[in-house]
Amino acid sequence: MIPLQVVALALVGLGALAVVTTRDPLRQTLVAGLYGLALAVLMVVLQAPDVALSEIVVSSVASPFILLTALAKLQRRRTRK
Amino acid sequence: MLFGVSAVVTGVLLGWGVSGLQAFGDFNGEYGQILNGVAGRERHVTNVVAAVVFDYRGFDTLGEDFILFSAVLGVALLLREARDDRERPRDEVRSDAVRAFGLAMVAPTVVFGLYIVAHGYLTPGGGFQGGVALAAGLILLYAAGGYRAFRAATPHRLVDLAEGTGAGGYAAVGVASLVAGSLFLQNVIGLGTKGTLAAGGTIPLLNAASALAVAAGLILLCHEFLEEVMYEE
Repeated sequence: MIPLQVVALALVGLGALAVVTTRDPLRQTLVAGLYGLALAVLMVVLQAPDVALSEIVVSSVASPFILLTALAKLQRRRTRK
Repeated sequence: MLFGVSAVVTGVLLGWGVSGLQAFGDFNGEYGQILNGVAGRERHVTNVVAAVVFDYRGFDTLGEDFILFSAVLGVALLLREARDDRERPRDEVRSDAVRAFGLAMVAPTVVFGLYIVAHGYLTPGGGFQGGVALAAGLILLYAAGGYRAFRAATPHRLVDLAEGTGAGGYAAVGVASLVAGSLFLQNVIGLGTKGTLAAGGTIPLLNAASALAVAAGLILLCHEFLEEVMYEE
Protein backbone atom coordinates (compact mmCIF):
# COMPACT_ATOMS: atom_id res chain seq x y z
CA MET A 1 0.00 0.00 0.00
CA ILE A 2 1.50 3.34 -1.00
CA PRO A 3 1.22 6.36 1.39
CA LEU A 4 -1.38 8.04 -0.83
CA GLN A 5 -3.65 5.01 -0.49
CA VAL A 6 -3.19 4.99 3.26
CA VAL A 7 -4.16 8.67 3.46
CA ALA A 8 -7.22 8.15 1.24
CA LEU A 9 -8.31 5.14 3.29
CA ALA A 10 -7.87 7.12 6.54
CA LEU A 11 -9.96 9.97 5.07
CA VAL A 12 -12.75 7.50 4.25
CA GLY A 13 -12.63 6.15 7.80
CA LEU A 14 -12.77 9.64 9.30
CA GLY A 15 -15.56 10.64 6.92
CA ALA A 16 -17.67 7.63 7.87
CA LEU A 17 -17.18 8.45 11.55
CA ALA A 18 -18.18 12.07 10.89
CA VAL A 19 -21.37 10.94 9.13
CA VAL A 20 -22.56 8.71 11.99
CA THR A 21 -21.65 11.22 14.71
CA THR A 22 -23.57 14.06 13.03
CA ARG A 23 -27.07 14.02 14.50
CA ASP A 24 -28.87 16.76 12.58
CA PRO A 25 -30.23 15.25 9.30
CA LEU A 26 -29.57 18.40 7.27
CA ARG A 27 -25.92 18.60 8.31
CA GLN A 28 -25.65 14.84 7.96
CA THR A 29 -26.70 15.07 4.31
CA LEU A 30 -23.89 17.51 3.58
CA VAL A 31 -21.32 15.52 5.56
CA ALA A 32 -22.39 12.37 3.70
CA GLY A 33 -21.71 14.22 0.43
CA LEU A 34 -18.18 15.01 1.58
CA TYR A 35 -17.76 11.39 2.67
CA GLY A 36 -18.74 10.36 -0.87
CA LEU A 37 -16.03 12.60 -2.27
CA ALA A 38 -13.48 10.94 0.04
CA LEU A 39 -14.67 7.56 -1.28
CA ALA A 40 -14.22 8.83 -4.85
CA VAL A 41 -10.65 9.89 -4.05
CA LEU A 42 -9.96 6.42 -2.64
CA MET A 43 -11.31 4.81 -5.81
CA VAL A 44 -9.13 7.01 -8.02
CA VAL A 45 -6.10 6.16 -5.89
CA LEU A 46 -6.95 2.45 -6.22
CA GLN A 47 -7.13 2.91 -10.03
CA ALA A 48 -10.88 2.52 -10.46
CA PRO A 49 -11.78 5.79 -12.25
CA ASP A 50 -15.02 4.34 -13.67
CA VAL A 51 -16.41 3.71 -10.22
CA ALA A 52 -15.07 7.04 -8.92
CA LEU A 53 -16.95 8.94 -11.63
CA SER A 54 -20.28 7.40 -10.65
CA GLU A 55 -19.52 7.86 -6.95
CA ILE A 56 -18.85 11.59 -7.41
CA VAL A 57 -22.13 12.28 -9.15
CA VAL A 58 -24.25 9.97 -7.02
CA SER A 59 -22.86 11.19 -3.71
CA SER A 60 -22.71 14.89 -4.54
CA VAL A 61 -25.90 15.33 -6.57
CA ALA A 62 -28.30 12.41 -6.67
CA SER A 63 -28.49 11.23 -3.08
CA PRO A 64 -28.32 14.72 -1.43
CA PHE A 65 -31.07 15.85 -3.79
CA ILE A 66 -33.41 13.05 -2.76
CA LEU A 67 -32.59 13.47 0.93
CA LEU A 68 -32.95 17.26 0.84
CA THR A 69 -36.34 17.17 -0.90
CA ALA A 70 -37.54 14.63 1.66
CA LEU A 71 -36.25 16.84 4.49
CA ALA A 72 -37.92 19.92 3.01
CA LYS A 73 -41.22 18.04 2.80
CA LEU A 74 -40.96 16.84 6.38
CA GLN A 75 -40.02 20.30 7.62
CA ARG A 76 -43.04 21.82 5.93
CA ARG A 77 -45.37 19.24 7.42
CA ARG A 78 -43.91 19.87 10.87
CA THR A 79 -44.28 23.67 10.74
CA ARG A 80 -47.89 23.36 9.56
CA LYS A 81 -48.91 21.29 12.58
CA MET B 1 -26.79 -6.96 25.88
CA LEU B 2 -28.05 -7.90 22.43
CA PHE B 3 -25.72 -5.30 20.94
CA GLY B 4 -22.76 -6.71 22.91
CA VAL B 5 -23.39 -10.25 21.67
CA SER B 6 -23.87 -9.21 18.05
CA ALA B 7 -20.81 -6.93 18.20
CA VAL B 8 -18.62 -9.78 19.46
CA VAL B 9 -20.00 -12.24 16.87
CA THR B 10 -19.57 -9.71 14.04
CA GLY B 11 -16.07 -8.85 15.29
CA VAL B 12 -15.00 -12.50 15.34
CA LEU B 13 -16.46 -13.15 11.88
CA LEU B 14 -14.81 -9.99 10.54
CA GLY B 15 -11.43 -10.95 12.02
CA TRP B 16 -11.74 -14.44 10.58
CA GLY B 17 -12.65 -13.07 7.15
CA VAL B 18 -9.89 -10.43 7.08
CA SER B 19 -7.24 -12.94 8.16
CA GLY B 20 -8.07 -15.03 5.07
CA LEU B 21 -7.76 -12.18 2.58
CA GLN B 22 -4.97 -12.13 0.06
CA ALA B 23 -2.32 -9.39 0.28
CA PHE B 24 -3.35 -5.82 -0.61
CA GLY B 25 -3.33 -5.24 -4.36
CA ASP B 26 -2.65 -8.91 -5.09
CA PHE B 27 -5.24 -9.73 -7.74
CA ASN B 28 -5.53 -13.19 -9.20
CA GLY B 29 -9.06 -13.34 -10.56
CA GLU B 30 -8.65 -15.55 -13.57
CA TYR B 31 -11.68 -14.23 -15.48
CA GLY B 32 -10.44 -10.64 -15.14
CA GLN B 33 -6.94 -11.52 -16.35
CA ILE B 34 -8.33 -13.34 -19.40
CA LEU B 35 -10.62 -10.43 -20.30
CA ASN B 36 -7.77 -7.93 -19.92
CA GLY B 37 -5.87 -10.00 -22.45
CA VAL B 38 -8.55 -10.60 -25.07
CA ALA B 39 -11.08 -7.71 -24.82
CA GLY B 40 -9.05 -5.23 -26.85
CA ARG B 41 -8.48 -7.75 -29.62
CA GLU B 42 -11.98 -9.22 -29.67
CA ARG B 43 -14.07 -6.06 -29.27
CA HIS B 44 -11.80 -3.20 -30.47
CA VAL B 45 -12.58 -1.03 -27.42
CA THR B 46 -9.89 0.34 -25.12
CA ASN B 47 -11.98 0.40 -21.92
CA VAL B 48 -12.29 -3.23 -20.87
CA VAL B 49 -14.90 -2.30 -18.25
CA ALA B 50 -17.21 -1.09 -21.04
CA ALA B 51 -16.58 -4.28 -23.02
CA VAL B 52 -17.63 -6.34 -19.99
CA VAL B 53 -20.66 -4.20 -19.12
CA PHE B 54 -22.08 -3.79 -22.62
CA ASP B 55 -20.93 -6.97 -24.31
CA TYR B 56 -19.57 -9.94 -22.38
CA ARG B 57 -22.06 -9.26 -19.58
CA GLY B 58 -24.52 -7.26 -21.66
CA PHE B 59 -27.45 -9.36 -20.46
CA ASP B 60 -26.76 -8.45 -16.83
CA THR B 61 -26.75 -4.78 -17.79
CA LEU B 62 -30.13 -5.26 -19.48
CA GLY B 63 -31.39 -6.42 -16.10
CA GLU B 64 -29.82 -3.40 -14.38
CA ASP B 65 -31.38 -1.08 -16.92
CA PHE B 66 -34.80 -2.53 -16.23
CA ILE B 67 -34.34 -2.41 -12.45
CA LEU B 68 -33.74 1.32 -12.83
CA PHE B 69 -36.62 1.63 -15.28
CA SER B 70 -39.09 -0.12 -13.00
CA ALA B 71 -37.89 1.85 -9.96
CA VAL B 72 -38.49 5.14 -11.76
CA LEU B 73 -41.80 3.83 -13.10
CA GLY B 74 -42.83 2.91 -9.56
CA VAL B 75 -42.02 6.38 -8.24
CA ALA B 76 -43.91 8.00 -11.11
CA LEU B 77 -46.94 5.74 -10.54
CA LEU B 78 -47.01 6.55 -6.83
CA LEU B 79 -46.35 10.28 -6.97
CA ARG B 80 -47.52 11.60 -10.32
CA GLU B 81 -50.70 13.63 -10.30
CA ALA B 82 -52.35 15.54 -13.11
CA ARG B 83 -51.31 19.14 -12.57
CA ASP B 84 -51.77 22.21 -14.65
CA ASP B 85 -48.50 23.24 -16.27
CA ARG B 86 -49.44 26.92 -16.46
CA GLU B 87 -49.78 27.23 -12.72
CA ARG B 88 -46.34 26.03 -11.87
CA PRO B 89 -45.11 27.47 -8.59
CA ARG B 90 -42.57 30.24 -8.83
CA ASP B 91 -39.52 30.21 -6.62
CA GLU B 92 -36.57 32.51 -6.42
CA VAL B 93 -32.92 31.71 -6.00
CA ARG B 94 -32.00 34.19 -3.31
CA SER B 95 -28.23 33.85 -3.26
CA ASP B 96 -26.38 35.64 -6.05
CA ALA B 97 -23.35 33.43 -5.52
CA VAL B 98 -25.38 30.23 -5.97
CA ARG B 99 -27.10 31.63 -9.03
CA ALA B 100 -23.92 32.83 -10.73
CA PHE B 101 -21.80 29.79 -9.94
CA GLY B 102 -24.64 27.36 -10.65
CA LEU B 103 -25.51 28.85 -14.02
CA ALA B 104 -21.83 28.93 -14.96
CA MET B 105 -21.58 25.19 -14.15
CA VAL B 106 -24.71 23.98 -16.00
CA ALA B 107 -23.28 23.92 -19.52
CA PRO B 108 -19.84 22.50 -18.57
CA THR B 109 -21.48 19.73 -16.55
CA VAL B 110 -23.84 18.79 -19.40
CA VAL B 111 -20.96 18.78 -21.90
CA PHE B 112 -18.83 16.75 -19.48
CA GLY B 113 -21.67 14.23 -19.15
CA LEU B 114 -21.99 13.94 -22.92
CA TYR B 115 -18.22 13.48 -23.18
CA ILE B 116 -18.22 10.72 -20.56
CA VAL B 117 -21.02 8.98 -22.48
CA ALA B 118 -19.45 9.43 -25.92
CA HIS B 119 -16.00 8.20 -24.86
CA GLY B 120 -17.30 5.67 -22.36
CA TYR B 121 -15.89 2.65 -24.17
CA LEU B 122 -12.52 4.27 -24.96
CA THR B 123 -11.60 6.01 -21.70
CA PRO B 124 -12.94 5.62 -18.15
CA GLY B 125 -16.64 6.37 -18.11
CA GLY B 126 -19.70 4.99 -19.81
CA GLY B 127 -23.43 5.28 -20.16
CA PHE B 128 -24.24 5.03 -16.47
CA GLN B 129 -21.68 7.53 -15.21
CA GLY B 130 -22.19 9.94 -18.10
CA GLY B 131 -25.96 9.65 -17.85
CA VAL B 132 -25.90 10.60 -14.18
CA ALA B 133 -23.54 13.52 -14.89
CA LEU B 134 -25.83 14.69 -17.70
CA ALA B 135 -28.84 14.61 -15.40
CA ALA B 136 -26.85 16.35 -12.66
CA GLY B 137 -26.08 19.21 -15.04
CA LEU B 138 -29.78 19.73 -15.69
CA ILE B 139 -30.66 19.38 -12.00
CA LEU B 140 -28.14 22.16 -11.32
CA LEU B 141 -30.48 24.32 -13.34
CA TYR B 142 -33.04 23.89 -10.56
CA ALA B 143 -30.51 24.87 -7.90
CA ALA B 144 -29.33 27.91 -9.84
CA GLY B 145 -32.31 29.04 -11.91
CA GLY B 146 -35.34 27.85 -9.96
CA TYR B 147 -38.09 25.30 -10.51
CA ARG B 148 -39.69 26.89 -13.57
CA ALA B 149 -36.39 27.05 -15.46
CA PHE B 150 -35.69 23.40 -14.66
CA ARG B 151 -39.12 22.25 -15.82
CA ALA B 152 -38.96 24.40 -18.95
CA ALA B 153 -35.62 22.86 -19.92
CA THR B 154 -36.81 19.28 -19.32
CA PRO B 155 -40.38 18.90 -20.68
CA HIS B 156 -42.21 15.94 -19.18
CA ARG B 157 -43.16 14.36 -22.49
CA LEU B 158 -39.61 14.53 -23.81
CA VAL B 159 -38.12 12.99 -20.65
CA ASP B 160 -40.77 10.25 -20.60
CA LEU B 161 -39.98 9.51 -24.23
CA ALA B 162 -36.23 9.45 -23.56
CA GLU B 163 -36.68 7.07 -20.63
CA GLY B 164 -38.73 4.64 -22.70
CA THR B 165 -36.41 4.92 -25.69
CA GLY B 166 -33.37 4.24 -23.52
CA ALA B 167 -34.72 1.16 -21.78
CA GLY B 168 -36.55 -0.14 -24.85
CA GLY B 169 -33.62 0.66 -27.15
CA TYR B 170 -31.31 -1.56 -25.12
CA ALA B 171 -33.68 -4.50 -25.47
CA ALA B 172 -34.25 -3.65 -29.14
CA VAL B 173 -30.53 -4.01 -29.89
CA GLY B 174 -30.72 -7.47 -28.35
CA VAL B 175 -33.76 -8.40 -30.44
CA ALA B 176 -32.04 -7.01 -33.54
CA SER B 177 -29.15 -9.42 -33.07
CA LEU B 178 -31.71 -12.26 -32.77
CA VAL B 179 -33.25 -11.11 -36.07
CA ALA B 180 -29.79 -11.08 -37.61
CA GLY B 181 -29.63 -14.79 -36.85
CA SER B 182 -27.37 -14.61 -33.82
CA LEU B 183 -27.71 -14.91 -30.04
CA PHE B 184 -29.55 -12.31 -27.93
CA LEU B 185 -27.28 -9.26 -27.47
CA GLN B 186 -24.50 -10.91 -29.48
CA ASN B 187 -22.23 -8.27 -31.01
CA VAL B 188 -23.22 -8.61 -34.66
CA ILE B 189 -22.20 -5.38 -36.39
CA GLY B 190 -18.72 -4.50 -37.60
CA LEU B 191 -16.20 -3.70 -34.91
CA GLY B 192 -14.60 -0.69 -36.60
CA THR B 193 -11.11 0.68 -35.99
CA LYS B 194 -9.78 0.17 -32.50
CA GLY B 195 -9.71 3.31 -30.37
CA THR B 196 -12.13 5.38 -32.48
CA LEU B 197 -15.68 6.41 -31.59
CA ALA B 198 -17.03 3.97 -34.19
CA ALA B 199 -15.30 0.98 -32.59
CA GLY B 200 -16.98 -1.81 -30.66
CA GLY B 201 -19.98 -2.83 -32.78
CA THR B 202 -23.09 -2.77 -30.59
CA ILE B 203 -21.19 -1.42 -27.55
CA PRO B 204 -21.70 2.29 -28.51
CA LEU B 205 -25.41 1.66 -29.13
CA LEU B 206 -25.99 -0.06 -25.80
CA ASN B 207 -23.85 2.60 -24.13
CA ALA B 208 -25.99 5.41 -25.57
CA ALA B 209 -29.23 3.58 -24.72
CA SER B 210 -28.33 3.16 -21.08
CA ALA B 211 -27.07 6.76 -20.88
CA LEU B 212 -30.48 7.91 -22.12
CA ALA B 213 -32.32 5.66 -19.68
CA VAL B 214 -30.19 6.72 -16.70
CA ALA B 215 -30.26 10.47 -17.42
CA ALA B 216 -34.00 10.52 -18.13
CA GLY B 217 -34.71 8.29 -15.14
CA LEU B 218 -32.90 10.57 -12.73
CA ILE B 219 -34.56 13.69 -14.14
CA LEU B 220 -38.01 12.06 -13.89
CA LEU B 221 -37.26 11.14 -10.30
CA CYS B 222 -36.38 14.79 -9.60
CA HIS B 223 -39.58 15.99 -11.29
CA GLU B 224 -41.71 13.78 -9.08
CA PHE B 225 -39.83 14.58 -5.88
CA LEU B 226 -39.83 18.32 -6.58
CA GLU B 227 -43.54 18.33 -7.34
CA GLU B 228 -44.11 16.83 -3.91
CA VAL B 229 -42.22 19.69 -2.31
CA MET B 230 -43.24 22.59 -4.55
CA TYR B 231 -47.01 22.15 -4.59
CA GLU B 232 -48.80 22.90 -1.37
CA GLU B 233 -51.56 20.46 -0.67
